[in-house]
Amino acid sequence: MTKHVFEAALLGLSCAMFAAGQVPTSKISRTPGGTPDLSGIWQALNTANWDLQAHGAEPGPDSHVGAIGAVAPGPGVVEGGEIPYLPAAAAQRKQNHKDRWSADPEIKCYMPGVPRATYMPYPFQIVQGLETIMISYEFADAVRLVPMKNPGPAPADSWMGWSIGHWDGDTLVIDVTSQNDQTWFDRAGDFHSDALHVVERYTPVDANILMYEATIEDSKVFSRPWKISMPLYRHIEKNAQLMEFKCIPFSEDVLYGNAGQREGSK
Amino acid sequence: MMVRFLGIVLLGLLPAFGQNWTAPRTSDGHPSFEGIWTNKTITPMERPKDLGDKAFFTPEEAKAYTQAARERNNKDQRGGGVRDVLYAYNDFWWDSGTKLLSNMRTSIIVDPPDGRIPPLTAHRLAQLQEQAEAIKIRCKQPGCAIANSGQLSPSDKPEELDLMTRCISFGTVVPMMPSAYNNDYQIVQGPGMVAIDTEMVHDVRRIPTDGSPHLPPSVREWIGDPRGHWEGETLVVDSTNFKGETRVRGGDENLHLIERFTRTGPDTLLYQFTVDDPTAFTKPWSGEIPMTKTEGPVYEYACHEGNIGMKDIIAAAKADEKKAAEQAAGKK
Repeated sequence: MTKHVFEAALLGLSCAMFAAGQVPTSKISRTPGGTPDLSGIWQALNTANWDLQAHGAEPGPDSHVGAIGAVAPGPGVVEGGEIPYLPAAAAQRKQNHKDRWSADPEIKCYMPGVPRATYMPYPFQIVQGLETIMISYEFADAVRLVPMKNPGPAPADSWMGWSIGHWDGDTLVIDVTSQNDQTWFDRAGDFHSDALHVVERYTPVDANILMYEATIEDSKVFSRPWKISMPLYRHIEKNAQLMEFKCIPFSEDVLYGNAGQREGSK
Repeated sequence: MMVRFLGIVLLGLLPAFGQNWTAPRTSDGHPSFEGIWTNKTITPMERPKDLGDKAFFTPEEAKAYTQAARERNNKDQRGGGVRDVLYAYNDFWWDSGTKLLSNMRTSIIVDPPDGRIPPLTAHRLAQLQEQAEAIKIRCKQPGCAIANSGQLSPSDKPEELDLMTRCISFGTVVPMMPSAYNNDYQIVQGPGMVAIDTEMVHDVRRIPTDGSPHLPPSVREWIGDPRGHWEGETLVVDSTNFKGETRVRGGDENLHLIERFTRTGPDTLLYQFTVDDPTAFTKPWSGEIPMTKTEGPVYEYACHEGNIGMKDIIAAAKADEKKAAEQAAGKK
């Protein structure tokens, strides 16, 4: 879907909502400077972390926990449906999928990288300062510092990459480079190399919804750039907050070969 | 007469200029602490005993202390043996500061007046001794190692090692204390929120200033549950709900940490803290650090992701246990 068709569809959606008279589109909040203020606690409401592409329900890694462990189905978030892997990368993806219950970096509580951090089943918080936007994720205490002025090239590759932000109208655009090749996009084995370049777009459509798009480019792994998109919802609960979710203790038995020996584990 | 009079007026105005400096504002009108701040220093946490009740260095004393500290801390001195192993990194890798704090104090701790952490309560002391005794007995068996804390610890199970060895949290967050490296903190403020990214293992403190209450006491967090409010130019942060393992200087889960952040100049953020933990310490203690503005970026310290040490510590402990079991079997 091209951007224009997509935006037209979005406009159509909000018009339809208006026409039905159900949800009046509330005003987006703005800073005194006039840009949207994206501060708040947000979360995706989909199963992209299981698999970016359309997928049915299937058994999960541990049948001992019954339905809790099942893979939740989803219609997919990839525009056009398919991730355009190069042939060698498609074979690697297949291998990753086979090994997914031990090789997924999420199991190890490693920082999830971008864009995966956005659609993990945990909230994240945007703190919008004057010169820097901090995005703090509940999972693994991952964090990004997004300067709104270009500070120059990254000093080194990292797990969460090197983010540089700017405003395109009401859209916050973040250009992300210098991510290492250790993170995956989902639990299904979708992956990338260290040539990954992600352009994220966060567009407020009302006070409590951001439309999120990420264009993914990696010439070592994909034959062309491709795009995912999804809404992100604001946590409006009175007691909403990011809790401390340092997942290291839950990864140690697997990482250091003590699986099943800890009190309370099976 | 006139000249003298003018002089008096000018002298009177000078401090007033200093007081008139006001911090830049955030979009919601509060003082802005945004930027990258460092607390690296050679000022010791506790006043060296030989300084007695001397709270401030004279310029000469400061010079002598600084020189001695720089020599003492220099990691390029290779003596061989244990020192060489423990200081495997040379001075290039460390960043523990080369200067005293600008307040010229002889310790970070300002209260009690002796500049030293008050004694633990008898109850807490007994608790810690009991724990240490249990470890001592346990470590007569194989499967123990010296952890990053410098303490002998059981090391065949990850959860028995300290938080630093496990990359969970270093003692640089609550309270925000300088360490051997990564002494940078980036502050970003949004409406009703002050967020601090600690460079040391990317511990992020999200401090709501919206009047919301603490989490229920049943929820415990390693870096606690901070709540902030503004008292004029000062952000006051109150943290509770700690886990026992946080163990600030021997403290326990009843820690109540009160911190005050005040921007006192373009390049200075005054950080003051009080540790109030009545079950662990015989009285509260307080400290202060004028943090200074520094250049970025704040780096991503992916400690857990590269924690090869943990893997090796546990593998070594298990190998020790296996060897001992085989020897015991061979003797039979």
